[in-house]
Amino acid sequence: MTEIAVIGFAQSPNERHSSSTTNGVEMLVPLFHEVLAETGLRRRDIGFWCSGSSDYLAGRAFSFVSAVDAIGAFPPIAESHVEMDGAWALYEAYVKLLTGEADTAIAYGFGKSSAGDLRRILALQLDPYLVAPLWPDSVSIAALQARLCLDSGLVSEREMAEVVARSRAYALADPKAQLSGHVTAEELLTRPYLAEPLRAHDCAPISDGAAAVVLARGEVARRHCARPAWITGFAHRIDSGALGLRDLTRSPSAVAAAADAGLDPATLDVAELHTPFSHQELLLIRELGLGDRVRVNPSGGVLAGNPMFSAGLARIGAAARHITSGQADRAAGHATSGPALQQNLFCVLESR
Amino acid sequence: MTPQRAAVLGTGQTQHRTRRTDVSMAGLCREAIDRAMADAGTDWSQIEAVVLGKAPDLFEGVMMPELFLADAIGATGKPLLRVHTAGSVGGATAIVAANLVRAGVHRRVLAVAFEKQSESNAMWALSINPPFSVPLGAGAGGYFAPHIRSYIRRSGAPAHIGAMVAVKDRRNGALNPYAHLRQSDITLESVTASTMLWDPVRYDETCPSSDGACAVVIGDQEAAEASDRPVAWIQATSMRTEPTAFAGKDHVNPQAGHDAAIALWAAAGITDPLEQIDVAEIYVPFSWFEPMWLENLGFAEPGQGWKLTEAGETRIGGRLPVNPSGGVLCSNPIGASGLLRFAEAAMQVMGRAGEHQVPAARRALGHAYGGGSQFFAMWVVATTPSG
Repeated sequence: MTEIAVIGFAQSPNERHSSSTTNGVEMLVPLFHEVLAETGLRRRDIGFWCSGSSDYLAGRAFSFVSAVDAIGAFPPIAESHVEMDGAWALYEAYVKLLTGEADTAIAYGFGKSSAGDLRRILALQLDPYLVAPLWPDSVSIAALQARLCLDSGLVSEREMAEVVARSRAYALADPKAQLSGHVTAEELLTRPYLAEPLRAHDCAPISDGAAAVVLARGEVARRHCARPAWITGFAHRIDSGALGLRDLTRSPSAVAAAADAGLDPATLDVAELHTPFSHQELLLIRELGLGDRVRVNPSGGVLAGNPMFSAGLARIGAAARHITSGQADRAAGHATSGPALQQNLFCVLESR
Repeated sequence: MTPQRAAVLGTGQTQHRTRRTDVSMAGLCREAIDRAMADAGTDWSQIEAVVLGKAPDLFEGVMMPELFLADAIGATGKPLLRVHTAGSVGGATAIVAANLVRAGVHRRVLAVAFEKQSESNAMWALSINPPFSVPLGAGAGGYFAPHIRSYIRRSGAPAHIGAMVAVKDRRNGALNPYAHLRQSDITLESVTASTMLWDPVRYDETCPSSDGACAVVIGDQEAAEASDRPVAWIQATSMRTEPTAFAGKDHVNPQAGHDAAIALWAAAGITDPLEQIDVAEIYVPFSWFEPMWLENLGFAEPGQGWKLTEAGETRIGGRLPVNPSGGVLCSNPIGASGLLRFAEAAMQVMGRAGEHQVPAARRALGHAYGGGSQFFAMWVVATTPSG
C-alpha cells in the first residue's frame, strides 16, 4: 500500500474583488512561497505540478498557461492541468504519486470570479442545445433544488439559516474568510429572498482566490511534516448532466464517491464540505449519514468564501490542516462541480 | 517502485471534416467511442473511468462540456476527469488515462478527446488579447512562422523541405479513410504554387480546421492478456512544461520537448531512437515542424533533421516513417489531434492501420505539443511490454 499524505496547504484571502489579473500569477506566487516554506521543500524538489482553472471564468483561451509563470518552470517541469476545480488536480497528482514516478507534488487552483457575471457564466455549463439558450443561472438552479428539498420535508428554511449562522461564526477564526460574524438564524430569516427560497446569505459569496496543496509519499512526507495527513481514500463520481433526469434531492455521485473513498461517519471527526448553497450542506449531511460526532465545515466552508476552481481544493486543505494541527485524527475533504452537486469528490485523511 | 503495465486495447476515431453538421458534440464523441469499444472488444460494464480532453472551451462556446456530455460519453455514475493542456491535450489525456491503470486504480479506462471547431472560429478564439500578454495576432500560424524562419536560418535547410513534408503527409492522408484532407495528386509544384499565408508557411503547408474526435481504451495487464487481438503495450510516457516566453527561450528546439524525449527514451530503454523506433506520429501542424521536432526528439542532431526528410527517410518505407496517417496536416480537430497521434501510434503496432500500415512496426512514438511550444506529451507503444 503506497502511503501518500497532504503535508502543506495555503490559500489566498477570499476577496470579492481581488487586485490580481485573471492569469493567477499574482495570487499564486505568494502561495507557492508559503507552502514551500511550510514544508521545507524547494521548488526543484517538487516532482509533479497540476492545476485546476477555467477559461470561461477568465474570459480567455488557455487561462492556465500564464499561471505556469508563477512556478518559474525552467528548467522544465513535469506538469498537467484539469479544466476543473483544483481538487481534481490534486486527484491527478495523487495518481501520479501512486505510479511511483514522483515523490512530491503541488496541486493548485485559481480563479477570478469577479472578472465576469458568475451566475450567467455558469449557465454555459448546461446542455448548449436545449437548456443553456434559456439562460438558467446557477442561483436559480440551486433554488429549484432547494425548493424540492423544502417541499419534500427534507430541510427547513430555519435549518438553512442555522447553517449560515454557524458558517459565519466559525469563519471568525479564519483571517482568509470573506464573510464572518455573529448573526442569528432568526435575524437571517427576516431578510428578503434572492431567488425564492434562497436568500442572499444562503448562496456562497462571489470570491476571487487561489489555493495550493502539497502531497508527498511515505518517508518524504514524514521528513517534511511533523504530523502528515495520510490519504486513506480518494474518489470521485459524476451524475447525469440532464437536470430532468436527476432527483435533485439526492446525490448518488456523492454517496458513491464517499463509499469508494472509504468515508466512515462512525470514525470521522471533521468533514469539510464544498456546498455553495446552505441547503446543499444539509442534503449532503443526510446523504452521507453524518451524525453528531462529525463537525461539519468548522472552517466556515464556502458560504464564508467561494473562490471558483480552488474552493474544493481548499476544503481538502482545510480538512488536512485539522489533522496536521492535531485537532482531529480523521477528516474528509469534499469538492463539487457542475450544477446542483452534479460531480462530487471525497478525500479521506487520517493521522498515524 | 515502477508503474504497473498498461496497454491500448482499442482505438476509434471519427470522419474528420470541416463541418460535421450531421452530429452534435455528443454524437461526435460517441462515433469515436463506439469504434474504440468495438475495436477493444469491450463493453460499458468494463469501463471504470472516463477521461475527456479538449482544447479551449471557447472553441465550442460551452463551459466544461464534459458536464453535459456525461451521459453520452458513458461517464454517469463513474469518475470523470477533464484534461486541458492546450494543443498537447490529446496526448495528456491518454497519459492521464494510462496513469489511472499504471497506478493500479482502474483496470479499464476510456480516454476520449474532441474538438468541434465549426461551432466557432478558432482563429478568433486564439486571438483574444488578455491584459499583460503578447497578442497572438493572426492565430497560430502567425505565432509559429518566425520560429520556422529561425530554424531555416540556423540549419541552412533548403526552401523546399516544408513542401516535401506537405506532399508526403497529404499523400499519406489519402491512404487514411478518416482523414479530413486526402490529396493523392498533390505535388511539390502545386504546394509551392499555393498562397503564402505566413512566410514561409504556404496554404498547402498548414493544418486544416476540423471537427473530429478520437477515443482509446486502455487496460491493465490482465485485460491486455485477455484480449483476442494484438494490443499496444505502453512502454513509457512523458510530459514536460516550460513557460511561454522567457530570456533564453529556444522556440526552435525547446528545452521542455528535449527533456521530455530524454526521459521518454530512458524509461523505454531506448538508446538510439532512430534505430529503435519503427514509426512516429509527431504533432506537425505546419510542415516545417517535422524536421524541427525530429531534432528536438533526438532522431537527428540539431540542424540535421531536414536531411532525413529530404532523403525520403520519413516516408512509409523509409528509416523512420513519420505521420503515415497524414498527421495534423491532414486532420486537425485541435483537442483530439494529440490523441490521434497517440492512437495512430498504437494502431501501427497493433497492425490495424490499414492502407497506411508501416510493415513490421514493433515500436512507435506518439507525440503532441501545445501552447507556445511549451507543453509536451509523448508515449512509446510496442508489441511487447518492454524491450
